[in-house]
Amino acid sequence: MTDVDATTDGGSRELPRIVSSRWDLADGYTLDRYRETGGYRALAKAVTEMTPAQVADQVKGASLLGRGGAGFPAGVKWGFCPPGVFPRYIVVNGDESEPGTYKDRLLMERDPHQLIEGVLIACYAIGASQAFLYVRGEMALAQERLAGALNDAYAAGLVGDHILGTDFSVDIVLHWGAGAYIVGEETALLESLEGNRGMPRLKPPYFPAAKGLYMQPTVVNNVETLSNLPWIVENGGAAFGDLGAESSKGTRLFAVSGHVRNPGVFEVEFGVTTFRDIIFGERYADGIRDGNELKAFIPGGASAAWFFEEHLDLPLEAGAVGAAGSMLGSGAIVVMDETTDVVKAAWRIVRFFAHESCGKCTPCREGTAWLEKVLRRMLDGYGRPADVNKLLDICDNISPSIAWPPKQTTICPLGPSAVAPIASAILRFRDEFAAYCGGAAEVTVPVNGKAYLSTPPTVSAGATP
Amino acid sequence: MTATAADTVGITVDGQPIEAMKGELVIAAAERNGIYIPRFCYHSRMKPVGMCRMCIVEIDTGRGPALQPSCMIECTDGMTVSTGSPVTRKAQEGVLEFLLVNHPLDCPVCDKGGECPLQDQTMAYGPGESRFVEEKRHFEKPIPVSDLVLLDRERCILCDRCTRFAKDVAGDPLIHFMDRGSQTEVNTFPEHPFASYFSGNTVQICPVGALTSTPYRFKARPWDLEQVESTCTSCSVGCRVVVQSSRNRLVRYQGVDNDAVNWGWLCDKGRFDFEAVNSEDRLGEPLVRDAALSLKPATWSEALSRTAEAVKEGLDRSGPEGFAVIGGARLTNEECYAWVKLAKGVIGSDHVDAQLGDGLPAEVVLGLPRATIDDACRPGGTVVVMGPDLKEELPVLYLRLRHAVRESGVKVVELASVATSLTDQLAAVSLRYRPGCALPVVRALVGRHDVDDEVGGVAPEALRAAQQVLGDGPVTVVLGRGNLAESARSIGAAAAAIHHSLADVRFLSGLRRANVHGALELGMAPGLLPGRVTLDGGREWFADRWPTLPKARGLDAAGILRAAADGKIDTLVLLGSDPLADFLDRDLARRGLAGARTVVALDQFLTESVKQADVVLPVAGYGEVEGTTTNLEGRVSTLARTVTAPGTAQADWIVAAELADRLGGDLGVGSVADLAAEIEAVAPVFSGLTAEALRSPVGREGVVVGMPSRRSGNGAEESEVAKAAPDEPTVDEAATRGQTAPAVADEAVVAAESNQGTTPELEPTGVLPPTSGVPLPVWTVIDPPSVDAYSLRLVVTRKLYDRGTLVRSSPSLADLAEPAILHLHPQDFDRLGVAAGADVRITSTKGNVTVPTVPDPGVPRSVAHLHANRAGGRANVLIDGNSPVTDVRVERP
Repeated sequence: MTDVDATTDGGSRELPRIVSSRWDLADGYTLDRYRETGGYRALAKAVTEMTPAQVADQVKGASLLGRGGAGFPAGVKWGFCPPGVFPRYIVVNGDESEPGTYKDRLLMERDPHQLIEGVLIACYAIGASQAFLYVRGEMALAQERLAGALNDAYAAGLVGDHILGTDFSVDIVLHWGAGAYIVGEETALLESLEGNRGMPRLKPPYFPAAKGLYMQPTVVNNVETLSNLPWIVENGGAAFGDLGAESSKGTRLFAVSGHVRNPGVFEVEFGVTTFRDIIFGERYADGIRDGNELKAFIPGGASAAWFFEEHLDLPLEAGAVGAAGSMLGSGAIVVMDETTDVVKAAWRIVRFFAHESCGKCTPCREGTAWLEKVLRRMLDGYGRPADVNKLLDICDNISPSIAWPPKQTTICPLGPSAVAPIASAILRFRDEFAAYCGGAAEVTVPVNGKAYLSTPPTVSAGATP
Repeated sequence: MTATAADTVGITVDGQPIEAMKGELVIAAAERNGIYIPRFCYHSRMKPVGMCRMCIVEIDTGRGPALQPSCMIECTDGMTVSTGSPVTRKAQEGVLEFLLVNHPLDCPVCDKGGECPLQDQTMAYGPGESRFVEEKRHFEKPIPVSDLVLLDRERCILCDRCTRFAKDVAGDPLIHFMDRGSQTEVNTFPEHPFASYFSGNTVQICPVGALTSTPYRFKARPWDLEQVESTCTSCSVGCRVVVQSSRNRLVRYQGVDNDAVNWGWLCDKGRFDFEAVNSEDRLGEPLVRDAALSLKPATWSEALSRTAEAVKEGLDRSGPEGFAVIGGARLTNEECYAWVKLAKGVIGSDHVDAQLGDGLPAEVVLGLPRATIDDACRPGGTVVVMGPDLKEELPVLYLRLRHAVRESGVKVVELASVATSLTDQLAAVSLRYRPGCALPVVRALVGRHDVDDEVGGVAPEALRAAQQVLGDGPVTVVLGRGNLAESARSIGAAAAAIHHSLADVRFLSGLRRANVHGALELGMAPGLLPGRVTLDGGREWFADRWPTLPKARGLDAAGILRAAADGKIDTLVLLGSDPLADFLDRDLARRGLAGARTVVALDQFLTESVKQADVVLPVAGYGEVEGTTTNLEGRVSTLARTVTAPGTAQADWIVAAELADRLGGDLGVGSVADLAAEIEAVAPVFSGLTAEALRSPVGREGVVVGMPSRRSGNGAEESEVAKAAPDEPTVDEAATRGQTAPAVADEAVVAAESNQGTTPELEPTGVLPPTSGVPLPVWTVIDPPSVDAYSLRLVVTRKLYDRGTLVRSSPSLADLAEPAILHLHPQDFDRLGVAAGADVRITSTKGNVTVPTVPDPGVPRSVAHLHANRAGGRANVLIDGNSPVTDVRVERP
């Protein structure tokens, strides 16, 4: 199994595998195996030995950050539900669509019961009796495994009425998306779940926790976030907090892809491991393919500003990555080696965003499509020197001043997402653009994102394997 | 509106301090203060969506300036807005460039060119030239989204205005966004065209040329248009419009945003029936029946002489009572006055009725305390709809009420015998009463006792629910004829019962004909004189002003036709009316037209009834005469003249003046202005309503006559007329006196003995002018017979598109009128032994028609629902005007 690997912290100490413990098991997705390996013990503990408030306190104490990309503390999010307003819902965001991200897919395919148990614990904690599992439309195997697991769990009395013989009852509805990236945005997901066009909601209301699905209090949590709950309940929030860095507790899944020898999803201690560790570490991605040089890498999904050689020693921690001018996002690291045509790479990413723009607001709808067309024209051999500034100026009109974190003239951040790859590629690899544009062009459009402006280190620092 | 400090916040826009209303959007506050922020998706009458991003400006709420859509941000105290900063300009320029990226820029061949917000704002805020060299997206050139609206998707900038209008304002969610990203398009679902009565509004609010209407497409360029502001007279709502013409032909109406009435919206019938004015079928020369009994063209002189001779002969034969006028609701106020003066004041006959038996007695319309549309839609109130299906007959009132229900918490109690457009989504309670039982149902509703039993087919639970709603807030009753086969008397009595039982209840008339309210205010009904006074109450006042007066109360339309059928009418004038089509008893209409010695028709078209006339006088139509019209609130607003009438067609008032002259009398007026001045001088409720008042800033939106208006700041009642004429305090007194609350008979208005039409005498005031006020009549209401097991009770309602003259003469609308079809409850088919879709014969005591059937769960069992005036089966063949209800048999033919 190439895309799964046992995890240790550089070999110095054994790390618990919190969410990926059953990935190595061929039948880890079955109810029998799940129970044999400790499954549903946490649920039993929660519903028989703990009050909902105690469960919520454990999660709060664990400082479990949301694993969907924004990194908002899950326990705090739960607390936003206005007291006394029922019904309230748990909605699982399984619409994992960020290019390069495939951790939630594996969690759903290989350990669906862990997710279901997490959902049940969350329902217990916030007092919900109805949950919705929104699974991305393209993930056929995940849907199949989750459906099977849900049926088994219902049959075993783990979901439904009087769970484990208690008064606690929860129904879980499995819903498949129809293939829209934007539905990963939580309010668009709720719209889709309600049967409407998947478009982000206008804010306010700012938080679904107050007014979400059917305008009821709704907690929208990521698959990985909820998959952590059984372990936290069983081992306590404090044990979870012992792992990871000060502001990034526990472990976290990172999906590494691109030009590495061993692409895969790796569970690492959050905030401690560096990019160098995960890209070059033998236990992880094991370095660049064919012994090539690193050209650039995307640290947190296609929307993120690119990182380069000089960023390798940053820890996988939201604050540090943000300070360097990009984001950790959904935990997708895409590595590009020296053979990469960055213009083509930028085009490929922009094409994705142009395709996925929902079309609601003008700058994103027209801007991303225009960017894609300009890049395509360059690749087709019809580039002009003026195109470089034109690209950046279009970017500026979508995301004023091309700053980081991005500003936007759009409603949601999808439009500005297309800006990052262009700004990164142009500013770092101007000569490659010049080659496509029939000559070098002076960049006159001001660019402010820190990562875009980073220059190669003059002295090769540290050891590159 | 005087704002207090608590309602306002102070913001700064471009350095200018602005007092904004709390909750007001930045874009609106800026515009109110003369700073225009460009926009495409924002529309002041719809909820903002912040989609086009054109109105993006730098807003600083204390955390530094940030680009924000000004259509989404509410003003907060201390906010600083910069609409012209370099960052704002750059962002707006960028948005415009994006909008133009896929826009075809086919302005030279686009109907919108010259009046296009995209064009205008590109000039003002856009980049000088395009940097877009790639291929634009392409769509099939215009596709029809409905019979009236074409969509050119290439031009569309996806602002969501049309789709939002369809969904939120009209409630017809038939156009949607489809696909996504830059391939997003607006379209309809297959087999579901945008068949909305309001589709034309989407064309008007489209900020580009993506939506065009078939009647206007490629007809004119904006810079070739002449335009005047006027009032729509397709129904009685009185929407303000801009009438646009080119080369002496009407080419387009656009709604004007009038706070009091239509908010800029129009219905498609009102918007597109200008085609009827342009129709080739318009009458352009007088016709006179010759010796061979066929209608032959004649000169005006011949036609008028013939008419005058007939009238004189009649006067010699039977005195003034031999002269009768039916119709007048099409006329302007001034023309109504001219004809009332001719008939009542020169000839001396009171046989004048602007209605055709399908309305309500004038005393009911004028005698009940009236409400404005705003009164009805005021937040927190309750509206009882006991009248027509508003969407079908008064479409823009439906829009206003829909908005009030959805946005202002207004609750609707509907009394109707079949489901209407209010039933499904707007009515809090629908009381589906058995036809003929309006009175007992209303009594149970407004009675202060518990209801335990079914009343008139309405379950006690529904009545109790309605009672509850009625207790929630001020009540306005929309009153009209929901079922033409149920007698007006029954509705009038029910209205009187509500008036008697509910304190402070107000009534909004639901009569639909254009200026029927103006006609009634000006005395076009038996027993009335101009200015909402009774014949007897105003006798003293008018005796000094008019040559003569009728001796006694005359006949209404039914009475006139009956008298004519009996040979008692010498001259019957059809004032733009078509009794054969519109009078509820077609057989009586036929006999009446045949029995009158001479029938004189003033009309624009050779209708079925006009063909029966002996003299046909072609008259001017919409846009061809100036004057004023009165809407269902009593709101008087101006009508503009912008094109000339075809041939030698004359205004109706000129015909009246000419006739008076030939009869040896004198109408004493030489112009519309003379008429208006005389109305102001003699008709009490019009006192103070001068031409200047109607031109004042307040009066431009129309002035409601004869009703105390909203309370002004000091708590005193201030009349709308007085507000519109602030410089003439002397008229105030007269005006206020003119609006004294109607003297309504306080006692039970339903008494067993009295007959319709006996009006208690109103004490003459002794001082001139007379107090306006029309007492409610006292009726005998006969309980409807029970339906026998073999019969169905008939319900006749109107549809917006029928075989009426306007629709039939407007090519774009004519095809939208569907043929007659009988609606039956699905479970009645088996009982009757008929199949859905099959033809059935409907038989009443009056006649029979054969039409197809359709199952309709909105129709209660044992009810037969037919629409009036449709091709293939006329409902007025069946209606028995003498009975409170009409029962029919439905059989296989």
